[in-house]
Amino acid sequence: MRKTRNYLLIFGLTAGLMIVGCAKKKVTAPPPPPPPPPAPSASLSVNPDSIQQGQSTQLSWRTENATDVNIEGLGAVEPNGSKSVTPTGSTTYRLAAKGPGGTQEATARVTVTTPPPPPQITETEEQMFARNVQDVFFEYDSYDLRPDAQASLTQAAQFLQQHANLRFTLEGHCDERGSTEYNLALGDKRAAAVKEALVKGGVNGSRVNTISYGKEKPFCTESNEQCWQQNRRGHFVLQK
Amino acid sequence: MHMRRICFYLVSALILSPFCLGQQDWIRTGTGLGVEKIRLAVPDFKAAGTETQTAELLKTFNDTLWNDLDNAGIFEMVSKSFYPLQVPANAQEMRIADWANPPTNAAMVAFGSLGAAGSEAVMQGWLYDVKNSSSPQILGKEYREAGTADGARRIAHRFADDIIFRLGGGIPGVAESKITFVSSRSGHKEIWQMDYDGAGQQQLTRLASITLSPRLSPDGARVAFSTFNNRGVQLGMYSLELGRPVAFPTFGGTNLSPAWSADGSKLAFSSSMRGSPNIYVADASGSNVKRVSEGSGPDVSPVWNPKSGAQIAFVSGRTSLPQIYIMDADGTNVQRMTDTGYAVSPAWSPNGQFLLFAWRRNYGPGAPGGQDIYIMDIATRQWVQLTHDSGVNDFPSWSPDGRHIVYESRQGGKNEIWTMLADGSKPHVLTSSGSNTQPNWSFK
Repeated sequence: MRKTRNYLLIFGLTAGLMIVGCAKKKVTAPPPPPPPPPAPSASLSVNPDSIQQGQSTQLSWRTENATDVNIEGLGAVEPNGSKSVTPTGSTTYRLAAKGPGGTQEATARVTVTTPPPPPQITETEEQMFARNVQDVFFEYDSYDLRPDAQASLTQAAQFLQQHANLRFTLEGHCDERGSTEYNLALGDKRAAAVKEALVKGGVNGSRVNTISYGKEKPFCTESNEQCWQQNRRGHFVLQK
Repeated sequence: MHMRRICFYLVSALILSPFCLGQQDWIRTGTGLGVEKIRLAVPDFKAAGTETQTAELLKTFNDTLWNDLDNAGIFEMVSKSFYPLQVPANAQEMRIADWANPPTNAAMVAFGSLGAAGSEAVMQGWLYDVKNSSSPQILGKEYREAGTADGARRIAHRFADDIIFRLGGGIPGVAESKITFVSSRSGHKEIWQMDYDGAGQQQLTRLASITLSPRLSPDGARVAFSTFNNRGVQLGMYSLELGRPVAFPTFGGTNLSPAWSADGSKLAFSSSMRGSPNIYVADASGSNVKRVSEGSGPDVSPVWNPKSGAQIAFVSGRTSLPQIYIMDADGTNVQRMTDTGYAVSPAWSPNGQFLLFAWRRNYGPGAPGGQDIYIMDIATRQWVQLTHDSGVNDFPSWSPDGRHIVYESRQGGKNEIWTMLADGSKPHVLTSSGSNTQPNWSFK
């Protein structure tokens, strides 16, 4: 059934075409006027459309039917092209495409962000204190200052003289070996030895508060020499 | 813990004792230690009455009494397996021949009964000299205390002390004495107190700081100690009557290790109030402070001669490693007592003749051995080592009768309070919870 109907349709169309082809021309038409010149088209894009100050971005444009293409700030450009730009601030680029058919404009905006200011490299007093006034370490059962401690305290004294507003506590600490009571006395001698070196280096003794913790507040709790050495110390604490 | 204790006894008995005794003669302490011991039989006391709580009180009483007498150091306790079948509850039931003859072969017998009367525990106790058939009774007495476990223990302590006083050369027993110490079991180092046998451990201070070096006053009413405040370690005073710390002056510098004179009127302590840590003496109130030791120190851990009150032993690092010194209480006549090693924590015996201290004799890198308790005869400076191969030992303190020592021992990484007889025998541990250090035995 369906096939039969298709045949009928084809036959009908063919017949119709033959009838038109056989129609006779009556008049000759005048020549048509020349078509008006086509209007120009233009597009402008920027990629990426958001940059940080100092970075570049790519400006691309296309025009048609234009004889004179200008981009504000860049001057005359080719009808189609692209250019890398480095605006210092957010900018709206304007393209004007002029041709016989008129003028077409296109715009594209790039947003320029200012980067966050780099972190200012200024130390707090606490950081400066920690860098310049370092803990000193002792030999077993000794409160004598070792050469490394002497050198460290010379630096500390210079810093403390330059920062006369800083007050601090000097803690004497001992390792876990030996008597609780004797170690408290030994820690007192250690703190006193460090204070004396600072006073000799010109630091006013009234800025220093000494305290012995003996072996009561260890920095390290393992029973080996490495740990014991960590605990035999004069420890500085900045008073706030 | 039990196994370790057994091992310790075995090691002491089998190896150490012959080794030590072979090396050096025991110093005679004049306290009955080291002489032939009295064979004492102590059958379990019988229940008087049928109160239900009696059985429990009776067990506490019997265990405590046996322990007190066994620990006294002057008795050979006759094993209960050799006792006659019939155990007397009172003097009428006592048949002395059964106890004097083999196999019991006792010299003395302590016996009696305990019952409840209302809220009280009532004990009737006798001590018989069973070799004296004509007049055997040495002691016959009734004791009353609260009908609680504490009361039962207290009756046992009082009875044991009465027996020890009569048979131990007139020296009062120590069963009612106390030991103060430092324990960290609350999370902070605080002062604790316990009975001499480790029973009744209770916290005294609640300072939530680091509290150290408790020293009971001779009258037992106060504890002097050291504690940290924001200025460092300072002296403090705790009243057992008020149950709280009482005011005590603070000084500059590091202040620690207070020690009572035997009359309770003075305290010696270490202070850096005027520079180096030296020994100072003050009134018990903290006033009239005087420096008595000189030099760069550090000087620490003073103790008075309790007999004379005229001398002080202390530790000084004036020649590098700490050594034991004695001096007159005004700071004159300083004598160095130890010749080498690391010597700390002196304790002066009640009779004035001996010093106990902790000594690491073989000090040096890689040197073998731990830190041990030593006893020294002051007159001759002859010394005997009392602990052996038992870790790090420190802070010995004498019992009031001079027959016992309490000390701190670190074995297997844990500090505990131990006690032993003054000849180094019968060591046993008294604490088990937390870190326990710096024991101090009461004056009486």
